[in-house]
Amino acid sequence: MAVKDKSGYADIPALFRRMTGDEKHEWAAASTLDVLWVLYDRVLDVSPDRVDDPDRDRFLLSKGHGPMAYYAVLAAKGYIDPSTLDTWTAWDSPLGQHPDRVLVNGVEISSGSLGHGLPIAVGTALGLRLQGRGARTFVLVGDAELDEGSNHEAIALAGRLGLDRLVTVVVDNASGTHGWPGGVAKRFEVEGWQTSTVDGRDHEALHEAFTQDHPGRPLVVVAEIGKGERR
Amino acid sequence: MTSMREVFVDTVEDVMRHDPRVAVVLAEISRDAFTPNERVVNVGIREQAMVGVGAGLALSGLRPVVHTYAPFLVERPFEQVKLDFGHQDLGGVLVSIGGSYDDPVWGRTHQAPGDVALFDTLPGWTVRVPGHPDEVGPIVRDALERDDRVYIRLSLRQNAAPHPVVEGFTEVRRGRQGVVVAVGPMLDTVLEATRDADVTVLYATTVRPFDAAGLQAAVRRADRADVLLVEPYLEGTSAHLAAEALADVPHRLRSLGVRRDSELRAYGTAEDHDSAHDLDVLGVAAAVRRMFGHPAAAA
Repeated sequence: MAVKDKSGYADIPALFRRMTGDEKHEWAAASTLDVLWVLYDRVLDVSPDRVDDPDRDRFLLSKGHGPMAYYAVLAAKGYIDPSTLDTWTAWDSPLGQHPDRVLVNGVEISSGSLGHGLPIAVGTALGLRLQGRGARTFVLVGDAELDEGSNHEAIALAGRLGLDRLVTVVVDNASGTHGWPGGVAKRFEVEGWQTSTVDGRDHEALHEAFTQDHPGRPLVVVAEIGKGERR
Repeated sequence: MTSMREVFVDTVEDVMRHDPRVAVVLAEISRDAFTPNERVVNVGIREQAMVGVGAGLALSGLRPVVHTYAPFLVERPFEQVKLDFGHQDLGGVLVSIGGSYDDPVWGRTHQAPGDVALFDTLPGWTVRVPGHPDEVGPIVRDALERDDRVYIRLSLRQNAAPHPVVEGFTEVRRGRQGVVVAVGPMLDTVLEATRDADVTVLYATTVRPFDAAGLQAAVRRADRADVLLVEPYLEGTSAHLAAEALADVPHRLRSLGVRRDSELRAYGTAEDHDSAHDLDVLGVAAAVRRMFGHPAAAA
């Protein structure tokens, strides 16, 4: 997957600042940044010139709130021009506080309302399987987003359907008010998912978790982010 | 007599034999009506997931058919209908059964008179309301061939005979005193209730888009711009579109449909409910007399 003018991780702070101004460390606090980077840099079989390829891997950002890290990664990887970041949330900008798939190249779903991405990802993975395609579907949700009951409909269903090309990434910064006693992964495990809980800042650990085999069943990777650096 | 649902299932299965794009998502309802097929997926009693999965199938390149009882297709997962199909700008075919009150013994939970009004809050939906099982086949085939968003409202209520399925309104009778628009299964009731009235009767199976040009033409041919809408769902659902169509014409508009003013806590038969909502022949005929006059009243 050759991508011209591919930027590196070192470019992320500058790309972030085009949206957030000069607050120096805001980029580092984004809970989703490391997950997004590892996925787009090393895992997803997709590139800016293949956003309509039916065999591309899909990445669905369900937790659409706080999309700066997503936009920064898309800019770093060539899906959107970095200058677009300067227009963020302006009237005629394609980039809003929640991503819109109709407006942004490479964005697979429009999100913002919580609890929609995982059921859509189940349908996407199912549809790809029905068509005999090997593409994988990744969906990113937050731990607090799991409050929404629609996720639990989808978690049970994906387990029963044995969707082995589906990966859910739960970015867990313990932001849910009522929490998940015993851990987030348990909710998936009892429904037949393979589970892996890793440090959400550790690129090697994330890469290893994302690329593990999970024959016959879906995979959840719980990416834990330390309290105190919530975003 | 084959029901609308049976025709729907038979048609979808027939199209699936040669169109690999088509896949069906169910939530228990009608699970036994379909022949087992890997492209017919029953998600269990999970209506939010049902609609989300349908949208995901569309994202993957398939043409999803999402089907269950009307309140559980449109009302319970309404935000999924709004966002997962509309906001994502995806196509799909949503097919309900149960109508406004096909089985009133089940009570309010199984009644969805507001479904078409809800679709009116969302852009880009075609809404089709067949009035006879023979009209269901062409409507379903057309929906499966297209790529956009279609809602098909099936019911156990039906007219005695089918009409050719067309996009706009069909003139079933022509008169001079005004125009009555009958939607789907309301046609036979309207024809009976207007038997002695000198009015044009238009029959509609496609209600969105609303055939404004057809209504305008019918109004122009009549002596008076008086229009009565008779719809099998919430009263006045199409009133705003009729009013818009006639914005440049001084006109009178009245709407019949399922009453909005109170919840009817009663069981009984669908015919009992027709009567309670003035949607039986007596009720519609009384409204016709008030609006268009009657030979006996004029004498």
